[in-house]
Amino acid sequence: MTKYISSTINHFILSIGLLIMVVPIWIIFASSTHSSLFINTNGLQFFLGDNFIDNYSRVLFKQSGFFNEITALKMFLNSFVMATGIATLSVITSLMAAYGLVYFKVKFATFIFWLIFITLLVPLELRIMPSYIVMSKLNLVNTFAGLILPISASAIATFFFRQFYKSIPDELLEAAKLDGTNSWSFFIDFLIPLSKTMIAAVFIFMFVFGYNQYLWPLIMTTSEQYWTVVMGLKTMYGSISDRFAFVIMSMIPPVIIIIFLQKLFIQGIFQNK
Amino acid sequence: MSFLELQNITKIYPNGTKAVNETSLNIDNGEFVVFVGPSGCGKSTLLRMIAGLEDITNGEISLDGNVINNIDPSERDVAMVFQNYALYPHMSVFNNMAYGLKNRGISKEEINNKVNDVAKLLEIDQLLTRKPSMLSGGQRQRVAMGRAIVRNPKIFLFDEPLSNLDAKLRNQMRLEIKRLQRQMGVTSIFVTHDQTEAMTLGDRIVVINNGVVEQVGTPKEIYSKPYTKFVAEFIGSPQMNLFNCKIENGIAHIADMRINLNNSANIDDASLGIRPDDILISDNGQHTCVANLVEYLGSDMIIYSKIGDQEFSCKLSSKINLNAGDTFKFDISNTLVHLFDNTNGSRV
Repeated sequence: MTKYISSTINHFILSIGLLIMVVPIWIIFASSTHSSLFINTNGLQFFLGDNFIDNYSRVLFKQSGFFNEITALKMFLNSFVMATGIATLSVITSLMAAYGLVYFKVKFATFIFWLIFITLLVPLELRIMPSYIVMSKLNLVNTFAGLILPISASAIATFFFRQFYKSIPDELLEAAKLDGTNSWSFFIDFLIPLSKTMIAAVFIFMFVFGYNQYLWPLIMTTSEQYWTVVMGLKTMYGSISDRFAFVIMSMIPPVIIIIFLQKLFIQGIFQNK
Repeated sequence: MSFLELQNITKIYPNGTKAVNETSLNIDNGEFVVFVGPSGCGKSTLLRMIAGLEDITNGEISLDGNVINNIDPSERDVAMVFQNYALYPHMSVFNNMAYGLKNRGISKEEINNKVNDVAKLLEIDQLLTRKPSMLSGGQRQRVAMGRAIVRNPKIFLFDEPLSNLDAKLRNQMRLEIKRLQRQMGVTSIFVTHDQTEAMTLGDRIVVINNGVVEQVGTPKEIYSKPYTKFVAEFIGSPQMNLFNCKIENGIAHIADMRINLNNSANIDDASLGIRPDDILISDNGQHTCVANLVEYLGSDMIIYSKIGDQEFSCKLSSKINLNAGDTFKFDISNTLVHLFDNTNGSRV
């Protein structure tokens, strides 16, 4: 009986939390399916309207920006390329950095690791001028490479992978050595499959980080062709329902990535156990 | 020339610890040799140096006529079974066994045949698609062995592979390892701290203490004629009784007990060893003692008693009716005793 009561209370608290999270998003979504005129006269809506297809297709394909050079669809594509690039590159670099630090007899490996770790104290906003100068001297302004490279090395990801590699028993490496692996095949055949879960987690983390970038793309791009979703959110001047539709759509790519990788994440946990 | 030769092998760790000291050993082809000793005695280090997982500070190891000191572990053609099995957790049993073969560039078909043959031999052919996490301890052990066998190496190295198994499974796997080794005739070295394993498995036993080889011999030799006090104490269960005593003209003085050793030795500080099952209990024995404690083991029982202030035990059939507190009479035959000089611990 007490078990039943406590479980009811737990569910009640959880439901409230859920409502606090979901209701605002739902209101934005419901409002985005009405015409602007209707919202302006009647306020935010809780129930769905019948302008869904109209509003969303208009927002996706309308030319926008200061010079009307870009559509929302292109912004999504830009953001997706940038976020995927940052996530992929940071997974690769941090995997390899951690491999080098843990498995090779690097002198001062701990010192080098802390040096990498200290870069957490120097976020992009602090080094934005030097970073911009480097990129512009490399002629990378208004390119995806310019958007991606300066933020694609992650100290925190390196830290995660390093700690994980340190927890792998030495016998595994020794058994693999006797089975004839070299340093490259040990990395490919053992460390990468074993860190599948970590890779998924770091990828999600870095994807969202890259997707949310605002200041860096703002500085790095002069052409509207390279605008990202977050920049679009700021400069999207349309009717209120159009803006709501854009906000709802801007949430979709990170959500898809999380749902897609979560499967892999859970799978990995059960396989590696 | 022997198959595996160790010449004056020394291992000193960077922190100055001497794990193995000037060890020389010859092992013949097809032999099953057991390294036995207490933990930290250097037996595993010696094994790992043979495998190539540990650098050799000094000395030379040659296998099948070639010096292998500086040869990469993967090219030494040795296979090792680890204490915690070290199976590859992300690979199926099949891939665990096939991995080493793949790295040698063996064709897929041949790998298939080899793995399937070995899996049948070890009765794990039903498990080939499973991951190690889905296997029991005994099954993991078999897979680890399979991974070693399938490569058909020159030498098998076993690093305490049975210590993670429960007692029943341990006995079963022990027999199986012995049977497989006989069947395949591959030279094997088995490291253990368990003297029962050492006695039952080995063609020859190498007793190691503090990085030094104390004695090399067949189980029978080691048991019946231990060279040092350490070997005498380490091999045999229950442990050999060692009495501190003084030998005068071939007569041992233990408290007020006298044992005629039938020689003319004179040692001030000696140890007289007698195995618990070599103490002969009879109604007309020369010596009398009180049983302080009786341990009943089913077919046998162990009696703990004292001569002067020195404890000793004797093992006898539990059919004899003897309880704690009873007095009993016994003889010690001078043909069954082992005499050691305490100044250097060696046999007299």
